[in-house]
Amino acid sequence: MCKPLGAALAFMGIEGCVPFLHGSQGCATYMRRYVISHFREPVDIASSALGEKSAIHGGGPNLKLGLLNVMKKYGAGVIGVASTCLTETIGDDVSMLVKEFRKEFADLPLPEVVHVATPSYGGTQAEGFQAALRAVADQLAEDRRTSPQINVLPGFVSCEDIRHLKDVFEHFGLDAAILPDYSERLDAPAQADYVKISEGGLPVSRIKAMGGARASIEFGRTLDPAKTAGGLLAERFGVPLYSLGMPVGLRETDAFFAVLEELSGRAAPRRHELARGRLVDAYVDGHKYLSGKTAVIYGEEDMAVGLASFLAEIGVRPLLVASGGESGRLTRAVSEVTADILREPPEVRQGVDFYEIAARARELSPDLVIGNSKGYRVLARDLNVPLIRVGFPIHDRFGAQRVQHLGYAGAQVLFDRIVNAVIDRKQTDSDIGYGYI
Amino acid sequence: MQPVIFEQRTDQIRRTATGEDFAIACNRDSLAGAVSQRACVFCGSRVVLYPIADALHLVHGPIGCAAYTWDIRGALSSGPELHRLSFSTDLREKDVIFGGEKKLEAALNELIDRHEPKAAFVYSTCIVGIIGDDLQAVCKKVAAQKGIPVIPVMSEGFKGNKRAGYEAACQAMMRLVGTGDVSGIPPMSINILGDFNLAGEIWIIKEYYERMGVRVVATITGDGRVDDLRRAHGAALNVVQCSGATMDLARMMQSEHGTPFLRASYFGIEDMSKALYDVARFFKDQDPGMMERTAALVQEELAVLLPELKKIRADLEGRTAAIYVGGAFKAFSLVKSFRHLGMRVAVVGSQTGTEEDYKELAAITDEGTIIVDDSNPLELSQFIKEMDVDIFVGGVKERPIAYKLGVGFCDHNHERKEALEGFAGMLNFAREVHRTVTSPVWRFTPRRRGSVARTMRKEAVS
Repeated sequence: MCKPLGAALAFMGIEGCVPFLHGSQGCATYMRRYVISHFREPVDIASSALGEKSAIHGGGPNLKLGLLNVMKKYGAGVIGVASTCLTETIGDDVSMLVKEFRKEFADLPLPEVVHVATPSYGGTQAEGFQAALRAVADQLAEDRRTSPQINVLPGFVSCEDIRHLKDVFEHFGLDAAILPDYSERLDAPAQADYVKISEGGLPVSRIKAMGGARASIEFGRTLDPAKTAGGLLAERFGVPLYSLGMPVGLRETDAFFAVLEELSGRAAPRRHELARGRLVDAYVDGHKYLSGKTAVIYGEEDMAVGLASFLAEIGVRPLLVASGGESGRLTRAVSEVTADILREPPEVRQGVDFYEIAARARELSPDLVIGNSKGYRVLARDLNVPLIRVGFPIHDRFGAQRVQHLGYAGAQVLFDRIVNAVIDRKQTDSDIGYGYI
Repeated sequence: MQPVIFEQRTDQIRRTATGEDFAIACNRDSLAGAVSQRACVFCGSRVVLYPIADALHLVHGPIGCAAYTWDIRGALSSGPELHRLSFSTDLREKDVIFGGEKKLEAALNELIDRHEPKAAFVYSTCIVGIIGDDLQAVCKKVAAQKGIPVIPVMSEGFKGNKRAGYEAACQAMMRLVGTGDVSGIPPMSINILGDFNLAGEIWIIKEYYERMGVRVVATITGDGRVDDLRRAHGAALNVVQCSGATMDLARMMQSEHGTPFLRASYFGIEDMSKALYDVARFFKDQDPGMMERTAALVQEELAVLLPELKKIRADLEGRTAAIYVGGAFKAFSLVKSFRHLGMRVAVVGSQTGTEEDYKELAAITDEGTIIVDDSNPLELSQFIKEMDVDIFVGGVKERPIAYKLGVGFCDHNHERKEALEGFAGMLNFAREVHRTVTSPVWRFTPRRRGSVARTMRKEAVS
């Protein structure tokens, strides 16, 4: 998908923030439609709605008018402006335009305006997501006196994952500032009124305090700290950065918990020890259904790495790990997380499209595929194997916001789903139709 | 609480009142920052051309434009399914700097060799308009090499709204019309325009016409085929649905090939029947029995439908609805359909209606109905609340607005997977409205909880 979509989602994780795409109207509408089908929530993304004249004479006037309108009608505390391929190419200098806007309307109570360059031809949604977070840290974080806050940069995960992380930090007695936190905003309760800007999100005050935080934890083995918010906070403010893999599965979660123990100075609370113990117990109970099975994994790079690690440890051999991303770090990351279990690392393909993934998958003929909804028709249906839906987008199933991937609890959910998919297939394909399996 | 209506948009919102002249502003660019529900030119052309199933559809642009339009519509094909793949040239930074023509040519060659399509449509996107790739030249070159029509679709997103995209699509199709052999086409023949075979709807309509004794030459574009488009000019009549999408094609065919056209809607009882009777009337001199056959068909269908509607109506009588759809023409049919269910439409709007369309809407709706052009979530949510409607009819982007407010919803847009056209479709529509309006879940939503509790108390007292 495209870079501004990732930026818009990242901006949704800030309290009071309205994402704003500087480009033609269609971009915002398409992205809203796309995000709505995953989260099933209202997603208001504003646009500068550029027409032909603006494309020729520059989009400045429309950008300013749009900012003013969003400010007035939505009462936005923050506006997150992401550029599009159109405005990048006609050469709009958003940074300068925002400066002009602040000067021209200095008499009004202006919102924070954060901007990020996200030309669609310049990368994936995952890169747009990370770029927006870095821009937020760059433009809002301040060097404050030391706070007990831990900056948590979980990457593009589900609402349920974010809620789980909040719980985990709380159980350790740690003060987590999770950026982005769209767990409420993109999974809001039923309301009596239409809320212009859904509640929730990380408050700007906590973003400002990021410069004085005790530490930052950033998930993603394919991330280059030179391009991330965590990297920026380390470099500019000296905030120690713990760069971890996405905690998917037992071992990556163990690594995460080790950091939590170090930062909190206490052992993991009993409830997590129990959750870990139950997970291992489930691994044992279910191992025979899975042992020797094979899978193809696809999707965003960091999630794919986490899944490769997880599948390897439950005895499912990942044959292929594929992503449209091109960080150049995927191969190494996958071999790192699978090295101590698999005799040889899985095949890794980066920068590939579904046609290429499907062609290779047909040759490999895996027992299951794991990734987003986009692989249903071209992979799972075509290969006639179960698809375990994880990541983004999931728009052919219900409850995408509540799919859990992270932590022991997330691994438990994924493990149960995979085992049940295998059992279901066995039952369906059976001539007898065993009632006990 | 600030009012949600943008001052710049006040003349795009009207309330109907008897005895007053109706005027509304429309066909304007969307207001910056207003979160319009509209898409872009590219979207308009994609909607129209996409269902042509044996053509290659290649989006020349960054990956997003193709990804967002990949198989999201419910346009079905009875044969090839090439249209369900969303090919992209995946423009990158260096292509933007050095131009993407070479990449486009290579992609076309590779895809045409691989899929052997009957024709190829190449959609231009915003960025292509800016960097100035010569789509025409590349398409011409590849067409000559491969021996199939390779047609550029000039659909740069910023060059207007969806309506401009319809025009671009029609111009692209017009390059095919008139290039095929028309032998064997009977005199009583039509083309169906402006229907996209969502959930197989065109198969319902086609069957009606064939029962009347009318041959359908080309379905444009639902379940569409390139060769049918090429010989479409051999049909005696174009029947055009919808207010905008394929009207330009009908006009062009009229001036170039002398094909007359008439407009139709396949939604609801009156409009569906009218669509059939109008065609029968057109051919009545050639086939005197056609009117009779058509009347019999309508009667037969109504005999099945009406008793079912009566049962449903009992539960829906007195309820209210809001409508916000892409084209206004569909809204007319919806207003009438709701009347058959005993329901009143309190809000109605569209993304691309013309002044004429809105006047027509004002004429057929009750006094006090809100009529709106190019709306946005803030306004729509306010109208829904103010009119306290029981159901909202729209597309996927409108769905969460309704649900968040504890209001039922019916998807009546390109993405629907339920056939709503024809007499069978009217029944599906009625059932869907019934299913959502009568669901018990609304009594638990915060907005309704209070009023339900009040009603129950009132009932208990009386």
